[in-house]
Amino acid sequence: MSLLKLENLSVTFGNFRAVDQISYSVNEGEVLGIVGESGSGKSVSSLSLMGLIDYPGKVSADELTFMDQDLLSMPEAQRRKITGSDIAMIFQDPMTSLNPCFTVGYQIIEALKTHQGGTKKELKKRAIELLTLVGIPAPETRLSAYPHQLSGGMSQRVMIAIAIACNPKLLIADEPTTALDVTIQAQIIDLLIDLQEQKQMGLVLITHDLALVAEVAHRVIVMYAGQIVESGPASEVFSAPQHPYTQALLASLPESAAGKARLEALPGVVPGQYDRPKGCLLSPRCPYATDHCRNVEPASQGPLERQVKCHTPLNAQGRPAA
Amino acid sequence: MVSFIGRRLCQALFVLLIISVVSFVIQDNLGDPVRQMVGQSVSLQERAALQQELGLNDPLLQQYGRFLMGALQGDLGMSYYYKQPTLDVIVSRLPATLELSFCALLLVIILATPLGVIAAIHPKSLLSRAVLFISTLGLSIPIFIVAVFLMYFFAIEWRVLPSFGRGETTSFLGLWQTGLFNKDGLRHLLLPSFSLAFVLTPIFIRLIRAEMQDVLQSDFIRYAWSKGISAPRIYFLHALKNTMLPVITVGGIQAGTLVAYTILTESIFQWPGMGLLFMEAVTRVDVPLISAYLMVVGVIFVVTNTLVDVVYSMVNPRVRIPGYSA
Repeated sequence: MSLLKLENLSVTFGNFRAVDQISYSVNEGEVLGIVGESGSGKSVSSLSLMGLIDYPGKVSADELTFMDQDLLSMPEAQRRKITGSDIAMIFQDPMTSLNPCFTVGYQIIEALKTHQGGTKKELKKRAIELLTLVGIPAPETRLSAYPHQLSGGMSQRVMIAIAIACNPKLLIADEPTTALDVTIQAQIIDLLIDLQEQKQMGLVLITHDLALVAEVAHRVIVMYAGQIVESGPASEVFSAPQHPYTQALLASLPESAAGKARLEALPGVVPGQYDRPKGCLLSPRCPYATDHCRNVEPASQGPLERQVKCHTPLNAQGRPAA
Repeated sequence: MVSFIGRRLCQALFVLLIISVVSFVIQDNLGDPVRQMVGQSVSLQERAALQQELGLNDPLLQQYGRFLMGALQGDLGMSYYYKQPTLDVIVSRLPATLELSFCALLLVIILATPLGVIAAIHPKSLLSRAVLFISTLGLSIPIFIVAVFLMYFFAIEWRVLPSFGRGETTSFLGLWQTGLFNKDGLRHLLLPSFSLAFVLTPIFIRLIRAEMQDVLQSDFIRYAWSKGISAPRIYFLHALKNTMLPVITVGGIQAGTLVAYTILTESIFQWPGMGLLFMEAVTRVDVPLISAYLMVVGVIFVVTNTLVDVVYSMVNPRVRIPGYSA
């Protein structure tokens, strides 16, 4: 059953479309990976799911439903109740995301109290359970620790503990390991995936790390300049990319450059507000772009579970088909 | 905590030592105290005798040494004018000033906190525009004009509040003459403390607003929203606690300045406090009183700064006073 469904979701800041008509769904117990370079709208789209887009940002969608409830039309109070309980989010930088002025215990118990309530003793017990669950040693003493006394990895574990405190059905992890040491990254991902499997949560994993997505995600979405350029089962998308952008992303991995002097890189940057191309948004950077690509924006094509937004999708040999 | 206070005491002594030097260096330039003390009819011989008696003919270093020895024993000299130990004179004026400063600061906190927060949350609303406009007004009008206007309307035109003095005071525990526990004293407090609050509140509104806007952009506030916490809780707990850090620092300095140098307001309302005393001491060239006053002010600033540091460390867990663990 689909947990979260969005249809043509856009987030605009004035004239600028940070997220441009994206559609996807997340099922129960499914891990959806969202990849793309900086500025491609990954984080903004996930913030919009949480209702965290501030003025002057505007969120619009043909459909934005969570467990068949319309998130956009429901009263604000009801949405705030879902936020942080049924849908929880963890952020990129754990060191700055926890409030420096409150203890870890306070911040965990606050989340529990907001959504579930209970006596002081119960809440404390539950907080200790949560810290144990995310693998924090000596949880009783950690409750009275302040965020600055924790390492980055510990802080991220605390954030995960807070996120799963109210047994969310959907967890959005926005680059949960980007700010962490490589050795800690694997531990945090293992923890997230363990919890996801245990609790059968839907997990939206936003990351730069293609190898990670290939490993843990069931399905993957590739975003570019606010649009979804390719989506499909993770194994297929990565073994046989159909969009030139996905191909370029994969080619830029160090593993792909074995034996070469330099890493492959796509020249240029993601277009911003003032340099948005007329046709396909990738056309200025795409090695296969034709005049048709430069003038006419492509539509998404292919079956629903394997879509690509390109005039000339790549074939199995990695060349434009047409 | 003990070592912290110990270090602060050393710091205070050092500050006082410097102040004592300063107040001695300026002594020679403040005019002739003998002329201030005696009338026209006193002969030159008598003047010379008095000068000798006061020790004004001794070398400066010797006078300073004498002052320092006295100070160590809690004797800051005799006031030329009051003919009393200067410390006693100052301490007798302390309650009036402390109560005035306390009330003014209380008003500032009560007014500035919600207004600053609202101005930060809804920068475009009519209310915050009005608040900012009035605060600019408050910043640009000097306090003596505010005070005179308030006095004119409330005391003279409408005759609802007294225009000067402290009014009736009662003794609190036998050591403190307070005006806080009776109606007349409180009525006398209103105008001077409102005048002070009128010029201080705008500073704090702007400070709180600017800090708060900064804090509201931070990651942990976005995270707090994502936890589903209610808006008032986010604004008045999560954001305000972080906002208050610089406010406490500025507030501490302002509190010290209020106690030490509320000269204008105390003069206008003839408030029998320390500022007025200092003003009088200067016009009377009461040098021992001025010196003693500066020493007391040094102590006040060290004490308020110490209090600020303690409060700061309670609000900001990242700052812990060494030896004082929580």
